[in-house]
Amino acid sequence: MATTSRSSRPSPADISREVVPVARAYSVLDLIGNTPLLEITRLTDGLLRPGVRIFAKLEGFNPGGSVKDRAARKMIELGIARGELRPGKVILDSTSGNTGIALAMVGAALGYPVELVMAANVSRERKKIIEAFGAKPIYSDPLEGSDGAIVLCRKLLAENPERYFKPDQYNNEANSLAHFETTGPEIWRQTGGAVTHFIACMGTSGTVMGTGRYLKTQNAGIKVIGVEPDDPMHGLEGLKHMASSIVPGIYHENQLDSKIEVATEDAYEMVYGLGQIEGILVGQSSGAAMVAALKAACGLREGCVVTIFADSGDKYLSTNLWIGWQQWRRERLEQLVNKWNVSASATT
Amino acid sequence: MPVRVRVPTPLRRFTAGSDEVTASGESIKAVLQDLDRRHPGIGERLLDDKGELRRFVNVYLNGDDIRFLSQLESKVKDGDDISIVPAIAGGY
Repeated sequence: MATTSRSSRPSPADISREVVPVARAYSVLDLIGNTPLLEITRLTDGLLRPGVRIFAKLEGFNPGGSVKDRAARKMIELGIARGELRPGKVILDSTSGNTGIALAMVGAALGYPVELVMAANVSRERKKIIEAFGAKPIYSDPLEGSDGAIVLCRKLLAENPERYFKPDQYNNEANSLAHFETTGPEIWRQTGGAVTHFIACMGTSGTVMGTGRYLKTQNAGIKVIGVEPDDPMHGLEGLKHMASSIVPGIYHENQLDSKIEVATEDAYEMVYGLGQIEGILVGQSSGAAMVAALKAACGLREGCVVTIFADSGDKYLSTNLWIGWQQWRRERLEQLVNKWNVSASATT
Repeated sequence: MPVRVRVPTPLRRFTAGSDEVTASGESIKAVLQDLDRRHPGIGERLLDDKGELRRFVNVYLNGDDIRFLSQLESKVKDGDDISIVPAIAGGY
C-alpha cells in the first residue's frame, strides 16, 4: 500500500507522487469539481446572433453524478472542522435525490453512516444509487413533495438531536460557499473572463447564489439569473417554485438580477433536443436551464451565456420525463423559440 | 357517483387548502372535468390543451397508476379513491 511509510521515509510511491504530475486521486472527494464547459452549438444553430454564445457546465461529470457533490463535500468538511460531525454521529438530511446521492457518497468515503428523508415519488434509480452507497432512505408522503420531506426530517432531528448531524442544505451557507470557491472560479477561468450572463436553476439556490457572488467579484456587470418552474404544480425534479415553497435560508433574491420561469413541457422538449441534436443526455433541470439560457440569449446582440447542466440523464430513464419523446422533431425547437418570441412581443 | 380525490400540496390553492375533496363521474376524465367545475383552474394543471394527462402528473385509482389501466377512460365507481400525485418532488 502506498500509504504505509508516511511517518518515516517516503515510499517510492510517495516520491513518484511528488515528482510525477500524474492525474491520480487518493480519495473520490478529490475528483469533485473541475467539470467540463461545453459550448452548445448545434442546437443553437440559426437561433442566435453571431456574437452570442451559450456554454453549459456539465456537472454530471462529478463522481456522484451531479453538481450536488460540491455542496455535500463542503458541508461535511465544515461540519467536521467545527466539531459538529464526529465519529458516532449519523448524517441526516432531506433530499429528493442528487444531494442524497452526494451525501451518501461523501459519507461512504469518510466512513460516516447516512440517513436520507425523501418523498416516496423520487425516481427509482436515485433510491437504488443511494442504497448502493450504503445509506438508509426514509420515505415521506409523495403528496407533500419535498416540503413534506423537510418537515419529517425536522421531526426526526428534534426527536433525537444528539444522534444526528444535519448538513441542512437549504440553510447552510457552506452550500453556496462551495460554489463561490469552486464553480465560480472554474467558470471565470474556463471562459477567460468573457462570461456575461450566468443562469442556473434553483432548488436550494446554492449554485446560483455562490457562483453568482463569485462572478460579481470579478465583474460586477455579469448578470446572474435564477430559473424556476412557471407553476407550483410542475415536473422539474430538483427545482423549487419559490413563491409557493418553504424558502431556503440561503436564498437571497436581491442578489439576482432577474428570474426566468420555465414550463415543464418546454424543459422536457429541450432534454430530447439536447440528446438528439447535441449528443448530451441530461436530466430535466438541465433542460430547464437550457430553455432559460436560450430565452436569455435570443434577446442579446452579443454575450457569453453560461449555464449549469446539474446532472446527466441516466437517473431519469424510468420517469415520466420520457413519456412521448418519440414524437419529438427538430421543428419543435423552432416552434418553442417562436412561442417565446410571440409571448415576449405580446408583453412588451 | 361521488369519489374521494386526494389533492397534492401544489394544487390545494384551488381547493381552499383541502387535501381531500369529492367529485363525480364515470371515468377518470369525467371526474377531473367535474373537479375543474368545482375548483376552477385545477383542470389545466392536470390536462394539456389536447385534453391529455400532462406528463408530469400521475393519477392513481385505488392505488393503481391509470397509465397502466385505461388511462383517462379508466372506469370509476362509487366510493373509489383517486390520488393526484406530481410525478416528481421539487427541491434537490
